[in-house]
Amino acid sequence: MAEPHEVIADTIEVERYELLQAPLYRFDQSRRSFLKLMGAGMAILLVAQDVLAQESGSGGPPTSIDTDRIGAWLHIGPEGAVTVCTGKVEVGQNIRTSLAQAVADELHLALDGIAMIMGDTDLVPFDRGTFGSLSTPAMAPQLRRAGAAAREWLLDLGAESLAVERTALQTIDGRVVHARSGRSLGYGELTEGRQLSRTIDASTVLTATGQWTVAGRSAPKVNGRDFVTGTHRYPSDITRPGLLVGRVLRPPSFGAELITLDDGQARGLPGVAVVRDGNFVGVTAPSEPMADRALAALSAEWRQQASPVSAATLFEHLRATAVSDHLYADEGDVDTALASATHVHAQTYNIDFIAHTPLEPRAAVAEWSAGAVTVWTGTQRPFGVRAELSRAFDLPEEQVRVIMPDAGSGYGGKHTGEAAIEAARLAQATGHPVRVVWTRAEEFTWAYFRPGGVIDIRSGTDAGGSLVAWEHRNINSGGSGIRMGYNVPNQRIEFLRADSPLRQGSYRGLASVANIFARETHMDELAHLRGEDPLAFRLRHLADDRMAAVFAAAAERLGWASRHKIAGRGFGIAGGTEKGGYVATCAEVEVDGTTGKVRVVRAVAAFECGAIVNPLQLRNQIEGSMVQGLGGALFERIGFAQGRIDTASFARYRVPRFSDVPELDVVLVDRPDLPSAGAGETPICGIAPAIGNAIFDATGIRLRSLPLAPRGLKV
Amino acid sequence: MAASATLTVNGQVRSVSDPEGKSLLSALRDDLGLVGTHYGCGEGQCGACTVLVDGKPVRSCLLEVGQVEGKSITSVEGLATNDGLHPLQAAFLEEDALQCGYCTSGMIMSGVALLARHASPTRAQIVHAMEGNICRCGTYTRIIAAVERAATIGRERSNG
Repeated sequence: MAEPHEVIADTIEVERYELLQAPLYRFDQSRRSFLKLMGAGMAILLVAQDVLAQESGSGGPPTSIDTDRIGAWLHIGPEGAVTVCTGKVEVGQNIRTSLAQAVADELHLALDGIAMIMGDTDLVPFDRGTFGSLSTPAMAPQLRRAGAAAREWLLDLGAESLAVERTALQTIDGRVVHARSGRSLGYGELTEGRQLSRTIDASTVLTATGQWTVAGRSAPKVNGRDFVTGTHRYPSDITRPGLLVGRVLRPPSFGAELITLDDGQARGLPGVAVVRDGNFVGVTAPSEPMADRALAALSAEWRQQASPVSAATLFEHLRATAVSDHLYADEGDVDTALASATHVHAQTYNIDFIAHTPLEPRAAVAEWSAGAVTVWTGTQRPFGVRAELSRAFDLPEEQVRVIMPDAGSGYGGKHTGEAAIEAARLAQATGHPVRVVWTRAEEFTWAYFRPGGVIDIRSGTDAGGSLVAWEHRNINSGGSGIRMGYNVPNQRIEFLRADSPLRQGSYRGLASVANIFARETHMDELAHLRGEDPLAFRLRHLADDRMAAVFAAAAERLGWASRHKIAGRGFGIAGGTEKGGYVATCAEVEVDGTTGKVRVVRAVAAFECGAIVNPLQLRNQIEGSMVQGLGGALFERIGFAQGRIDTASFARYRVPRFSDVPELDVVLVDRPDLPSAGAGETPICGIAPAIGNAIFDATGIRLRSLPLAPRGLKV
Repeated sequence: MAASATLTVNGQVRSVSDPEGKSLLSALRDDLGLVGTHYGCGEGQCGACTVLVDGKPVRSCLLEVGQVEGKSITSVEGLATNDGLHPLQAAFLEEDALQCGYCTSGMIMSGVALLARHASPTRAQIVHAMEGNICRCGTYTRIIAAVERAATIGRERSNG
C-alpha cells in the first residue's frame, strides 16, 4: 500500500510522513447510534473549531450541523453519569486521564465521575488521529467547552426546577445547589428523563487556568488498577466466540512477488484454512501452534527484486537521490555572509533508521456480521484505519467499525491498519472472527521506520564569535524542528526528499530529534572551537525567553556553572523547541578508557509546555522520552541489506534496559499564563545531542552520527 | 502426547486441550483466558510474558505446556487476594510506574520473584534481576522505586 503524502501547513507543523488522508465520506451513522445508545439525558455536541474558523462571519452557533463537524460529545445520563466521547486514543501517554481532568474541572465533578469513550468510530466524532502532540492543545479545550456548556445549561435547568434566580445557584460535586435554601438537584435529576440535545460552538467561556481545581494537579492513571491486576484488555487480548488465529505469509524480502504457492500440506491440517487473494496469503487455525504449523507448511516460490541499497550505503544513496522539497527559511544572503565570515564550519550528520518497537505489536481482531465488519485494533488513527478498511473491502464507511482499546504504546508507529486489513480479510474468507497479532520479527520488518537522514550544516561566525550565517540541509528526515532557533541574520533552511530504501513514517518527535541533534552538535562544536562555554555561547545567540528559561533551569539543576569533571567523564547540554514545548537537557557521561563503553550517569531535563495539566504524568512522559531517546542516541539502529532487516529481534536490536538508565532529574517549568501544549514528544529532542556533547567533553571525540556509539567508543 | 494436559494455575487445577507444541503463554491466554500475561517477542528477550513457576520467574513464551505439568504456576491474575492488591501492585500505582502498561504484568512478576528472594533488594540487585524485562515507555526509574516501596511495605508487614 502506498503511503499518501500530504504537507499540512498549520500552526503546529505536521510533517509529510504523518500518513494523513481525510476520508472521502463521512456518514451520519455515528451521531444516530450515539444518541440511541445514550438514551435519556443531556447531550452536548461541540462544533469543531476548524469548522468554525472556515465559517467565520456567519455569526452565532450554526443551527444545523453535519456529524462530521462535531468535535466532541458529552452526555449526562439520568443517574448523573458523565460520558465523554473523543476520537483521541490512549497509548500510554495518559491522555485518558488528562482529558477527563479537563471535563471534571468544567463540570465541577471529581475525576472518577467522568467516563471516557475513546477511539470507537461508531461512538465518537471524527478525529484525524492521535499524533503531533495535538490532544492537549486542541482536544482538551474542546472538551472543556462541552463541559462548560453542559454546566451552564444545568444551571438554566436548575433555576427553572427550583424556581430561583440562576445567579443564586452553584454547581458543586455533581449537583446544582441553592445555598440559601439548602435545596439541590443532581445533574441527572435535572434532565428528568428527557432526551436533551444542544449544539454549541467555540465561543463558550472556559475556566481560567488559575481557577482549575482538577487539572493542574497530579492525577494517577484513571484506570491504573486494571493494568496492575492484568484485567485491562489490550487489542491483542480481545476474544470473540469462535475466534480463529490468523497468520500471514510474508515475502522473503521487500518487494518480492509470489510466483507459486503449494498449500496442500497446510490445508490438510485439522481446522486450517488457507486464504489467497492477489499477493496476500494467510492461514487460519483454531489455535496458535496449529496456525504456526500451517504457515510453516506453506511452500512458496518468490521472485525477489530487492533494492541494492543497504545500511552500509544508505547515506550515499539518500544524498544521490535528494531532491529539494521545501525551503523553510531563506533570509539574508547566506553565500555572501559565508564568504566574508571569519570562520566557516561545515559538517555532516548522519541519522540511521530506527524502529518504534511498541511492546504490543500490531494486533487486530475482526468480525463480520451481515456484510459489516467490526475491528478491534491498536492504532493511533481509528478513522484512518476505518478508511483503509473501507477502501480495501469496497465498503461504505458506515459498514466499518474500528474500536481501539487502550493499546500497548505507539510512539508514532501505529498510524496504519495492516493487521486490521489482514484480520478482516481472513475473517471474511472463513466466516469466523479472526485475530492477527504480528510477531516481533514482523513488527521489526513490515511496520515502518523512523526515517534515516543526512544533514549538512554550514555556519559562519564573525571575529567576535557571533553567528552570521547558517545553512541547514536535511535530506529525508523531515522538517520538524528544522527551523533555526538561534539568532543569525543570514540563513537558508531546506528539506530535501529522497528515495527511501525502507518504508518510513512518523516517530515520536518526528524529524526534530534529527534536526536538533545536528544543530545542537554543531553549536557545541562552534563553542569549543572558540573555547567558549557551550551554554554561554547558546544563550548569547538566543532571543527566545522561553528557550533561555529552560536552558537556565536545566543548567541550574545540574550545577552547570560549578560542574566538576573527573577523568573519563564529561558534561553536555542541548535544547530545542517543537510543537509548542521547550526542552533543555544536560547529560553527564562516563566513558570506560579500556572498553570504550559509554554510560550515561545522569540526565537532567527542563521542560516547559505552558500551563501544566498533570505534573505527575508530565514528569513520567519526560522521563520516558529521555530513556527512549537514549536508545536512539547511543545504540538503536536498523540493519538491512538485500531487502531484508538484519535486526529483526530484541537480541539484535538493542533497546534501553534497566542498566542503561541514568539518574534522571526533571525540572517542570510551569507557565500558567500560557495555553497548554502537548508533552509526549518534544522532551525526546534534547537527550541525543546532550549525550554526544558530553562524550566530546569526556574524550575529545566528536561523534556526528545517530546512533553515537552502538558498540561503544574506539578508544 | 495426550489430548489434554492439566496445569495448576493460581491455585486452581485447569485443563488445556491439544497441548502438543503449545507454549505456556498460549495456554494461559487462549485456553484459560488469562490474558494479563502478554506476548512481546516470543524469544525470551522482553519479559512481557513472565510468570512464576514454583516461585521462579520464567518466560512463558519459551516453555511448552508439557514442561510445567505438575508445577505451580502463578500469573498476574493470581497476585491480588481478598485483602487487596499485592504490595508490588499497589506500589506500581503509587509510584505511577507505568505508561501503556503492557510490560507491567511481566515487570510485577519479575519483581515479586525478586522480593521473595531478597526482602530488601539493593538497587543493583533490582537492576540485575529485572534486566530481562523491557519497558519501551521508559518507566524504569519508577519501576525500581516501586520495587523498593514494596520491599518497605513487606518489611513493615512482617515486623508488624
